[in-house]
Amino acid sequence: MAATTPRGTPEGDGADSVIVVRDLHVRRARTPVLHGLSLTVQRGRIVGLLGPSGSGKTTLMRSIVGVQVVQSGTVEVLGLPAGSRELRRRVAYVTQQPSVYDDLTVRQNLAYFARVLGVRRTKVDEAIARTHLGDVERRLAGSLSGGQRSRVSLAAALLGDAELLVLDEPTVGLDPVLRVELWELFHQLAGEGATLIVSSHVMDEAKRCDQLLLMRNGELLADASVASVLAATGTDDMETAFLTLIERATTPMTDEETSR
Amino acid sequence: MTPARTLATAGRVLSQIRHDPRTIGLLLVVPSLLIGLVAWIFTDTDVFATIGPAMIALFPFIVMFLVTSIATLRERRSGTLERLFSMPLGKGDFILGYALAFGLLAIFQTAIAVSWAVWVCGLEIEGSIWLLFAVAVSDALLGTALGLLASAFARTEFQVVQFMPVLVFPQILLGGIFLPRDQLPEVLQAIGDALPLSFAIDALTAVADGSEDAAWIWGKVLVIGAWIVGSIVLGSITLRRRTP
Repeated sequence: MAATTPRGTPEGDGADSVIVVRDLHVRRARTPVLHGLSLTVQRGRIVGLLGPSGSGKTTLMRSIVGVQVVQSGTVEVLGLPAGSRELRRRVAYVTQQPSVYDDLTVRQNLAYFARVLGVRRTKVDEAIARTHLGDVERRLAGSLSGGQRSRVSLAAALLGDAELLVLDEPTVGLDPVLRVELWELFHQLAGEGATLIVSSHVMDEAKRCDQLLLMRNGELLADASVASVLAATGTDDMETAFLTLIERATTPMTDEETSR
Repeated sequence: MTPARTLATAGRVLSQIRHDPRTIGLLLVVPSLLIGLVAWIFTDTDVFATIGPAMIALFPFIVMFLVTSIATLRERRSGTLERLFSMPLGKGDFILGYALAFGLLAIFQTAIAVSWAVWVCGLEIEGSIWLLFAVAVSDALLGTALGLLASAFARTEFQVVQFMPVLVFPQILLGGIFLPRDQLPEVLQAIGDALPLSFAIDALTAVADGSEDAAWIWGKVLVIGAWIVGSIVLGSITLRRRTP
């Protein structure tokens, strides 16, 4: 795994882990949402976080970004405790609902976030170009379609050249063409050395990821590559694979299981 | 916290409002209309001369409180607050940015309300009109600051609307508009004397009837200023980056 990582630090054992979660317990509104989750994510990967609604995907992402109150366990991001001050410019987070100002234009939204991040104005142009928002950049975000608004929200996450992008359901409500374009963008970003966590409840998006985290009821059903998940469940369809794993669900499946 | 991020936030809030002309209109005109209404009600009496100054304290205070408390709550509900807190924005940048933006609007609003009360409604001012203006601005800023504080505690629109009767109405009732505070029961007088709006009402009344000198009035403004700073500091301390 000796790839050049323009955005990252020189790799070495451990330094390559972008996220290390150990025994994470989280409650929301008195209900336990995550019970003892552990996982590791390597640099430059696209990690698909999949599972039905209510399985704890958003809570896990919020814990990684450091905006979630956690009960116990540790979350380390880029070698620092999640939510550390320094990480606020190295980690970008896109919430599930497009978090942009409806009463500002696309460009005004991005210009503000750029000033908060302290990056140059040219970054705004780049982000608009990368998300194909050039035609609507002078329109109010509130007047855009759902898909366009979520792209504005995504564009804001591209401004700071973050090393880790945490994207909560970024492709929901997008038409197939745009979805393909976005996945191309994600692969480009990973090629530039960024690590991406992309959640989705659409199973067929899984095939575009390097690593899969399959979640159900706050537990990890699988932490493995697409190939291993499919091989271990003896199918070529993600949906079926997921259902098979639920039936088996005792211990989380890993890559080693298939290589044995 | 950095001046650049605070100013960026204030600028952003102002450009949001600029896209909403109706809010600007309401913000600038409503207090004056209400003052005009009170003056009209008491046309055939000399009551307005007595309560007019208190009205300058009351209406801008209420309007600024409402608008500010809802604006920051909207930010929490839309997810933009969560986004900002995952970015290098200080809690102070956020609160102070709002305070600056709405403070600027409060200055315009007060200028209009004071001019209207004096030159259209015929409110007689014995003291300095500039002093009247200064007190009125500090009073509108007080509304802004308390609104920010209230919205830091509110989670929903329903809650923030409830804060209005809780935080604002007692100040109106005990401020000496209905009955001079020295005629209130002892306990209520003590509470009324401590509430921040009372200082604004006292100071504006004193400027209007010329009963106190400038030093006394600036003393009251200083207390209002302390309330403003206190509310803003408390408001930013109570904001949480991590939420349950």
